[in-house]
Amino acid sequence: MSTTLQYILIVVGVLLVVLSLAAGLIWYERRMLGFWQDRYGPNRVGPFGILQPLADVIKIFFKEDWIPPFASKLIFVVAPGIGLFTILMSFSVIPFTSGIVVFNLNVGLLFFLAMSSLGAYSLVLAGWSSNNKYALLGGMRGAAQMITYEVFMGLSLMGVVMLANSFNMKDIVEAQRGMWNVIPQFVGFVVFFTAGVAETHRLPFDIPESESELVAGYHSEYSGMKFGLFFVGEYLGIILISSIITTLFFGGWLGPSFLPGIVWFFLKTAVFITIFVLLRASMPRPRYDQLLGYGWKILLPLALLNIIVTGAIVLLING
Amino acid sequence: MISFIRSIWTVFLHLFRKKVTVEYPEEKIPLPPRYRGRIILSRDPDGGERCVGCYLCAAACPVDCISLQATEDETGRRYPEFFRINFSRCIFCGYCEEACPTYAIQLIPDVEMCEYDRHNLVYEKENLLIEGEGKYHGYNYYNISGMSIGGKGKGEAYREDEPIDPKSLLP
Repeated sequence: MSTTLQYILIVVGVLLVVLSLAAGLIWYERRMLGFWQDRYGPNRVGPFGILQPLADVIKIFFKEDWIPPFASKLIFVVAPGIGLFTILMSFSVIPFTSGIVVFNLNVGLLFFLAMSSLGAYSLVLAGWSSNNKYALLGGMRGAAQMITYEVFMGLSLMGVVMLANSFNMKDIVEAQRGMWNVIPQFVGFVVFFTAGVAETHRLPFDIPESESELVAGYHSEYSGMKFGLFFVGEYLGIILISSIITTLFFGGWLGPSFLPGIVWFFLKTAVFITIFVLLRASMPRPRYDQLLGYGWKILLPLALLNIIVTGAIVLLING
Repeated sequence: MISFIRSIWTVFLHLFRKKVTVEYPEEKIPLPPRYRGRIILSRDPDGGERCVGCYLCAAACPVDCISLQATEDETGRRYPEFFRINFSRCIFCGYCEEACPTYAIQLIPDVEMCEYDRHNLVYEKENLLIEGEGKYHGYNYYNISGMSIGGKGKGEAYREDEPIDPKSLLP
């Protein structure tokens, strides 16, 4: 009974914390973008403007929820849900501490990769079912970008798997007790981080949305809370990629013992979330072909090279 | 690649810069003294109304937002019976101030005059008239003009000669 209760508590807790963090990120990102542009950002609602997401949510709930008459209704409604669903599913395999993990899967890493691949459907279906040329262009770009970056996103993590000898996220963290993976796997980290930015289609890789060319890309036709789902999904994606980086490369909950593990985990994740926002504040968007060329010509060979070198060294040491 | 990292670092350093935002209701932008804001009617140094009701401001106004009615007191001094400015029409061009021969109507650096109700933007004379002299100190129209009003006859104005007697033969 008590284990069941504990299990339910963890599930509900993770869901609540992650969703409210995603809402809080809306405020955090606007505030940080403001600072980096020599402004203050939203600071009127509540202390330091921290209630801004609440005001935004109330506003977005009262917006008209409009489905275009020319859209394919069922898919149009389902598409935003898919994105949110896949990302939330990925959170179930992340070990926040050694005790707090929803589902300690043996192939946790593969599960995460599979779920993030499924997330591409959200973009493609949303863009396609909108029956709008800008949305379709956005969806197509999204598909191409996701497929390209999915390939070496997985490959860049193989070095980590080789070092830990496991796909289990907890085992990977435990294997980093001596040294964080970022030092032996620096190339893997850089490649994964780039792929992660592309995977969450955040600036500078927000090609599917690119509001200066495609109105709002794949979610041009969305309004009200359906748009809100995409929005929250994007921020959840940032948290997800940041916490995956923390888990795989920066030792997860490991850290000096004066702070509990969960605090270390959130601190490390917060740093990467900030870097995501910093990237948005400073980088221009590459052209579509530049993005794909960069992926296939530079990052994919780099990831393959990383696997070969890591494998050779692991063989040398262990063999 | 190095340039990317350098630009990211430069943007990060902006975190510690001074913000350019002026947080308006708490902190106000200093407006220059000649800023064309709210319109007022000023008084002369002796406390009398400067406006003589000449209608030049109303004529100069491109949006016809000024309306007034001139009248005279028992001493012959002209003043407006009513003076009304509709600020919902006013474009703050300052032509009324330029047209005014007596420095009565002036635009001052105050822009905080928002209202929820449009009718509240119609200012009457008691709303427009201030106690001081506004931007131009020490000017009193009736002390300079040759017009005789109660308490001041011909030739008594500032640097005014005695009126010439045309019937006299002496030059």
